[in-house]
Amino acid sequence: MNAKQAEKTTDDSPIITIENMHKWYGDFHVLKNINLTVKKGERIVICGPSGSGKSTLIRCINRLEEHQRGKIIVDGIELTNDLKNIEKIRTEVGMVFQHFNLFPHLTILENLTLGPIWVRKTPKKEAEEIAMYYLEKVRIAEQAHKFPGQLSGGQQQRVAIARSLCMKPNAMLFDEPTSALDPEMVKEVLDVMISLAQDGMTMLVVSHEMGFAKSVAHRVLFMDGGEVLEENSPEEFFNNPQHERTQLFLSQILD
Amino acid sequence: MTNIGIIGWMKANLFNGWFNSALTLLVAYLLWLSVPPLVDWALVNSSWLPSGEQCTAGEGACWSVVTANIRFILFGFYPHDLQWRPLLAVVILIALLFYSQNRNHWRKSLFYAWMVGLFTMGLLLKGGLFGFASVESNLWGGLPLTLLLSVFGLTAAYPVGVILALGRQSEMPIIKSFCVVYIELIRGVPLISLLFMSSVVFPLFLPEGLVINKILRAQVAIILFTAAYIAEVVRGGLQGVNKGQYEAADSLGLNYLQTMRLIILPQALKIVIPPSVSILISAFKDTSLVVIIALYDLLKTTQTTLSDPKWMGYSAEAYIFVALIYFVCCFFMSNYSRRLERELDTGL
Repeated sequence: MNAKQAEKTTDDSPIITIENMHKWYGDFHVLKNINLTVKKGERIVICGPSGSGKSTLIRCINRLEEHQRGKIIVDGIELTNDLKNIEKIRTEVGMVFQHFNLFPHLTILENLTLGPIWVRKTPKKEAEEIAMYYLEKVRIAEQAHKFPGQLSGGQQQRVAIARSLCMKPNAMLFDEPTSALDPEMVKEVLDVMISLAQDGMTMLVVSHEMGFAKSVAHRVLFMDGGEVLEENSPEEFFNNPQHERTQLFLSQILD
Repeated sequence: MTNIGIIGWMKANLFNGWFNSALTLLVAYLLWLSVPPLVDWALVNSSWLPSGEQCTAGEGACWSVVTANIRFILFGFYPHDLQWRPLLAVVILIALLFYSQNRNHWRKSLFYAWMVGLFTMGLLLKGGLFGFASVESNLWGGLPLTLLLSVFGLTAAYPVGVILALGRQSEMPIIKSFCVVYIELIRGVPLISLLFMSSVVFPLFLPEGLVINKILRAQVAIILFTAAYIAEVVRGGLQGVNKGQYEAADSLGLNYLQTMRLIILPQALKIVIPPSVSILISAFKDTSLVVIIALYDLLKTTQTTLSDPKWMGYSAEAYIFVALIYFVCCFFMSNYSRRLERELDTGL
């Protein structure tokens, strides 16, 4: 069944709003005038050549990077230097990294319960139940008492996704979740992401997995040189790219 | 090549090739020259009786210097008939340390055990309560003093060092510069001069009538000094933790203290176990420098014993004995650090 048919109707309230946002690293203008609205339940794939600013863009959304001009509003809260707001937004927005970033000194179960226990103040027992629920969901429950170092890359990334889900986020950011994986492990991670999409999760995914984009994305953004050059439905984006740099990029990665 | 049996083992490890065979023979010859005389001196011809009468006649080691003065070496000027008290305190301390080795025992009850233990040790040493006769701290000496200075010095210096290391990485300029100045200042000065300042210069600045215990001042000097070194080692560990760990902790919404306590420090401190233990071991041995401010630690009581004309010629024996005590302590520390490293290894 196609994921897009299975979804619930998206509600119209925006969960992430970015207006005229700019970011510089010193003199280098990394992000230029970004405007983006993400509605609840919407799934957006961002692609583009390396150095185009796509990772930086989604890292601005939970303030792993600071923007210098414009506005970012997440879940009704504007991102400023206010630490309390930043921490609040981070609990509402989950993030999955290219290199998993699991905590190597904690077991899988402890990795998952850490956030709920310390940030959400969930009792330990309940946190463990939530953790086991999501470990089942990413089909890795039997590894709960191992350490991250004992798992394969694909398994680690699935644990990382489950770790974010344990915080019950309203939206999930994926920063090239499959690009550090061996080819045979990409599918198991994408399957988990697709099932997440079917559950109606709001997702922003930086990825070059075009098959994933085609089957679950509502919109595909193409970035280059710190700008969003093209924004379109997946069908239009892949079959009828407008911008010449999009055409060039697609011809390079689809070969 | 066969590896079975003693012959096989010797062939593989001692005589594989002419060069190794020659080295083996050379070493065997040197051992033959040195070990038997040493055994003769230390054990066969030695005298152990506290009276020490045979010492002048015999050719062997005169362990009598130790057996006759053991109480002074270990407890210094502590009143003779009360010396069971520091002895008991040391026994309690060693028992607690041994029990604390096992990480499975690190529960709340252990914390209470330490609290009770510390109180008891303090009571035993100082007295003045519950009918224990009071003993002034200027009479404390020997092994209890060495252990007191080092155990408390090291346990207090470690957290202070960690805080300094975190402060040095802080983005707040005042905290950062304070920590940098502190660390560089303390590291640029020898421990002896710090001890000297704590004992001679520091009291000049105190208001008249206010006296701070000399042992306490030495203790603080040792803590401040060791903390600066620990700080730099821990900073190295902090830099060794992957940036992604900070980002993952941030993205879960953990605050700074939680991130440090739960994510960063456990990993950073694990990386720096070997260099930290080096520093702790050298700090332990450096406590013997308190002699220069006239505290009678283990080394000083030994020296004092040797200044007695009757025992003057037997410094080798006395120093070997003290060296053994130091060695045993240091050996346990480094052994324990290896064990911790092994237990904390999670394969990533």
